[in-house]
Amino acid sequence: MMSLNAFLILGAILFGISFAGIIINRRNLIILLMCVELMLLAVNTNFIAFSHYLNDTKGQIFVFFILTVAAAEAAIGLAILMVLFRNRRTINVDELNSLKG
Amino acid sequence: MLVFSAVMVVCARNPVISALYLVYAFFNSAVLWMLLQAEFLSLVLIFVYVGAVMTLFMFVVMMLNIDIEVLRKGFVKYLPLGLLVVAIVVGMMIYIIMPEHFSSLAAIKQPANYSNTKALGMVLYTQYVYPFEIAAVLLLAAIIAAISLTHLGKPRRKVQNINKQLSANKSRLRIIKMPSEKRSGDESA
Repeated sequence: MMSLNAFLILGAILFGISFAGIIINRRNLIILLMCVELMLLAVNTNFIAFSHYLNDTKGQIFVFFILTVAAAEAAIGLAILMVLFRNRRTINVDELNSLKG
Repeated sequence: MLVFSAVMVVCARNPVISALYLVYAFFNSAVLWMLLQAEFLSLVLIFVYVGAVMTLFMFVVMMLNIDIEVLRKGFVKYLPLGLLVVAIVVGMMIYIIMPEHFSSLAAIKQPANYSNTKALGMVLYTQYVYPFEIAAVLLLAAIIAAISLTHLGKPRRKVQNINKQLSANKSRLRIIKMPSEKRSGDESA
């Protein structure tokens, strides 16, 4: 059986990779959304590991709500993305400068 | 394997491949959660994420049909900065969670007839009813927001408008008087 540290290190690495993805792929909005999903996955893995090793169900309840919020966030984010693409014909972050004076 | 698929999500050239690797990462972590005896949540992860959210992602990726090469331009430029920041962050996290801080915790063996779903449900519907209902309202708000954002107005449908047909009168009929013409074929005959 793996120890708690292994799961925590895995969560940290996963979080770091998705953080790198946000920094590197900062032009592509779809990949940014995917990286946010990956970050939430890392956090959820940490929550579940703690809830297993501390024998506490509250962690899993929390993961349940995080999943709900993440699904809602993905749906609304993609809807905004669709509207954005329909209006501007691009999802490049650098070109979304219509609020600039 | 999870780390590999996460790296591929970030590095894949095509967003479709990136989304597929994200599905792979979700499957891997679902297996890990199953090892941690969180059966209900790992199944929810597969159903909700792989079934719904990633399908949504694939739809959007294929619908948008974007120019990939333009979006890849900054990849090399930002790569050293990204790797540096990530090395710092991950190094700090791993230093904090070194084994000596958490060595006292041992894995807890649940009895064989332990039901994770039952335990979750017992807590969720008693102690956490109010957050549960708030989550339901949040999902409803997300549905309404997504639909109202992407809805394009009334689509062009070909249906009968009975009211308009019945109220039609002769005023829209126009009678034209014109002299009859001889067809060219009649003359030769």
